[in-house]
Amino acid sequence: MNDRILDFAIKYGFLILLVGLVIYFSLSAPGFSSPRSAVFVLQSVAITGILALGVTCTLVVDGFDLSIGAVATSALMLSAYSMVILEQPAFVAVLLCLLIGAFVGLINGLLIVKFRVPDLLATLGMMFLLIGLQRIPTQGNSIATGMSLGNGVVAEGTFSQAFLWIGRHRFDFFVERLVPMPVVIFLVIAVLIWLFLGFTRHGRLMYAIGSNERAAGLVGAPVNTYKVVAYMISGVTASIGGILLAARLGRGDIASGNNLLLDSVAAALIGFAVLGAARPNAFGTAIGALFVGILLQGMTMMNAPYYTQDFVKGAVLVAALVFTFYLSSRRTGAGH
Amino acid sequence: MPEKALEIRGLLKAFGRNQVLKGIDLSLESGTVTVLMGANGAGKSTLVKVICGHHRADGGDLMLAGRPFSPADASDAISKGVVTVHQSIDDGVIPELDVANNLMLDRLVETGSGFFVHEGKLRKEAQKVAASMGIDVDLKARVADLSVADRQMIAIARAMARAPKVLILDEPTSSLSAAEANRLFALIDRLRDQGVAILYISHRLSDIRRVADRILCMRDGSISGVFETQPLDYEAAVTAMLGHRMTEVDISVEKGGAPVLELDGIRLSTDGNRFDLSARDGEVIALVGLLGSGKSRLAETIYGMARLEGGEMRIDGKPFRPASVHDAIAHGVFMSPKDRGSNAVIPAFDIANNMTLPFLSRFSAGSFLQSRRLRSRSREMNERLGVVCQSETDGIGTLSGGNQQKVMIARWLMEPCRVLLLDEPFQGVDIGARRDIGRQIRASARGRATLVFMTEIDEALEIADRIVVMTEGTIAGEHINENIDLAALVSDISGTEAGLAGHSA
Repeated sequence: MNDRILDFAIKYGFLILLVGLVIYFSLSAPGFSSPRSAVFVLQSVAITGILALGVTCTLVVDGFDLSIGAVATSALMLSAYSMVILEQPAFVAVLLCLLIGAFVGLINGLLIVKFRVPDLLATLGMMFLLIGLQRIPTQGNSIATGMSLGNGVVAEGTFSQAFLWIGRHRFDFFVERLVPMPVVIFLVIAVLIWLFLGFTRHGRLMYAIGSNERAAGLVGAPVNTYKVVAYMISGVTASIGGILLAARLGRGDIASGNNLLLDSVAAALIGFAVLGAARPNAFGTAIGALFVGILLQGMTMMNAPYYTQDFVKGAVLVAALVFTFYLSSRRTGAGH
Repeated sequence: MPEKALEIRGLLKAFGRNQVLKGIDLSLESGTVTVLMGANGAGKSTLVKVICGHHRADGGDLMLAGRPFSPADASDAISKGVVTVHQSIDDGVIPELDVANNLMLDRLVETGSGFFVHEGKLRKEAQKVAASMGIDVDLKARVADLSVADRQMIAIARAMARAPKVLILDEPTSSLSAAEANRLFALIDRLRDQGVAILYISHRLSDIRRVADRILCMRDGSISGVFETQPLDYEAAVTAMLGHRMTEVDISVEKGGAPVLELDGIRLSTDGNRFDLSARDGEVIALVGLLGSGKSRLAETIYGMARLEGGEMRIDGKPFRPASVHDAIAHGVFMSPKDRGSNAVIPAFDIANNMTLPFLSRFSAGSFLQSRRLRSRSREMNERLGVVCQSETDGIGTLSGGNQQKVMIARWLMEPCRVLLLDEPFQGVDIGARRDIGRQIRASARGRATLVFMTEIDEALEIADRIVVMTEGTIAGEHINENIDLAALVSDISGTEAGLAGHSA
């Protein structure tokens, strides 16, 4: 009987907590349960959610990508630079960002599989490198139309309307202008990664690599290729997050995106606890991001001070990790 | 009347609905080696884990030297004088540290052992421990660089350094050569004379014959037989363990058809001796040799993990030079590696996903997996090999060693191949599962050449049509498995006749 309760708690505990949270906020914070508020939550988690889905892929192969936040801000600065200073169209800006994301992922992957640098250190190094690199072209300034480029020259380019559309457009969905574009992109990426990891043979092999790399290699799986691919996915999703951030802000703000790394890693790790998976998974990651978003939105609406947010996020993360590692180890610690 | 070092009465342990130990009564006497035999899933490992403090008993009494004993955890059990050397060696050593530090590790953990490490004193004491165990390795060597056998000896030496009252050895010879096993047996004799109560868990009859003072058999969570009158009745013990009589395996030797794999003047290392070998269709060849005889190297070379250093390999007459494991598999060469724990099992996966891992592309349509087909194929293979489980979606970790190995073998029997390499397929596998696996390998042998790499002659006699002996990276002799001349076979494995006398007896 006790085991059944434990099993149930591990499997559904986090989802029940999520539902409970929604009910609690709906009752005590007027306006929380409106469609607008729901969309606001989704919008606030879209970008961190997209980054978290990328990290999930690296966690699956037993890796880790600390450079995602820096990749996102690099993409943000690069898109602003190419449109405002180089005066390129939106299409070129987006393409450049995606290429940079894939390239950074490739370098991360090669550092790890070819040069045998431990994953945390390789991506930490890459994070520092990118944080520095993105400031060099503008001498550390943010990028906006009309900024001075020295010698009395002023930046003439603007963020194109097509680019801003990616970040700001809202689709009609029962209510007029309800669902923002970033939310749609988040949902599409979530479904794609969910299908890829859970239902394709490539995903299955990546999980095998994460669980026992040597054994996976001895059944003929191209271990190094899959690891590099995981980091490239992570790089590309991070650059998509950066593009959406740039399109929402409409300027190349050097200071934005500070929280992206921690928030998205937290979402991915909280995802371990969802449905008792005890391993990285796309559905859990999406739910984890949603959980944090709902918690913060609810607290904001109940007038909790902004500086308590990080504390609450941290507490949720620690609780989720206890769920995953302690409770499920007690359950599966059995066996012969 | 020898003193009872450990006494267990009515021990119960269940995991969920699964009652693993159903009331175990046993006693270990000081200065006696008690061998514990049991088939797959009989509950041996669980029993050991309860005694060494890894699991808590659900019911029953444990008494250590007459006093109640209920260890809170592994280190509590050790401090009370119950020391266990586990089957997986790397649990017992720290690979990154050198030999001296490994030997003295427990001393460093003791409270009150001082804040600073006295390097000279530590080395001197380590020297003493090593000498008393007959360990002859450089104390400054990193343990990770040592051979498996040396690591095992160090793990055991560490256990000895605690002067235990009760010593539990869980399949200690599974990765030792005959000479090394003999060193271990000598050590066991010495400890027995010092009055240590030893619980020795093994599947190998040759080991059991060598060390046992008494035998306990476990079956299905209970003790099914106790044998303590000399001479010990081994056949009755095996019967008690299996629940049916041990039958000799009859091999009707298969000559084989056309040659499938031909090795022509190949060399395993740049200064190695050249040798030839031809494996024919339908034939099962056992390559026997001690640790370091080059048999693992040969397996790795054929499977594309190691570079061929000279000569030519051919499959069906066509030159074969695999660039990678992937390439070897594409040419129809499959291998089940030794040490399934580190080389084969995916611990996070269930049986079906473990089994089908190499052939996922055959179970997918446009990259998407067809999990129903995958599961039903795995269910079929489970039945064919007699894997004991609730369903094919059981986690691989819930299976006993023998059943895990069946899954690993099934993995490579699922699809047809040209050459099947099995490296130590019976490592840590009880006699029942061993027979099941051997029967399946022989029954499915037609259509491919099968090479089985093993240390034990007993095992080779059970499975092979032809036995090829390897020493020092080359072939030392060849025997057809029919009225085999054991003395000649043993002398081919040169310099170790004494060590193998027990095996062929």
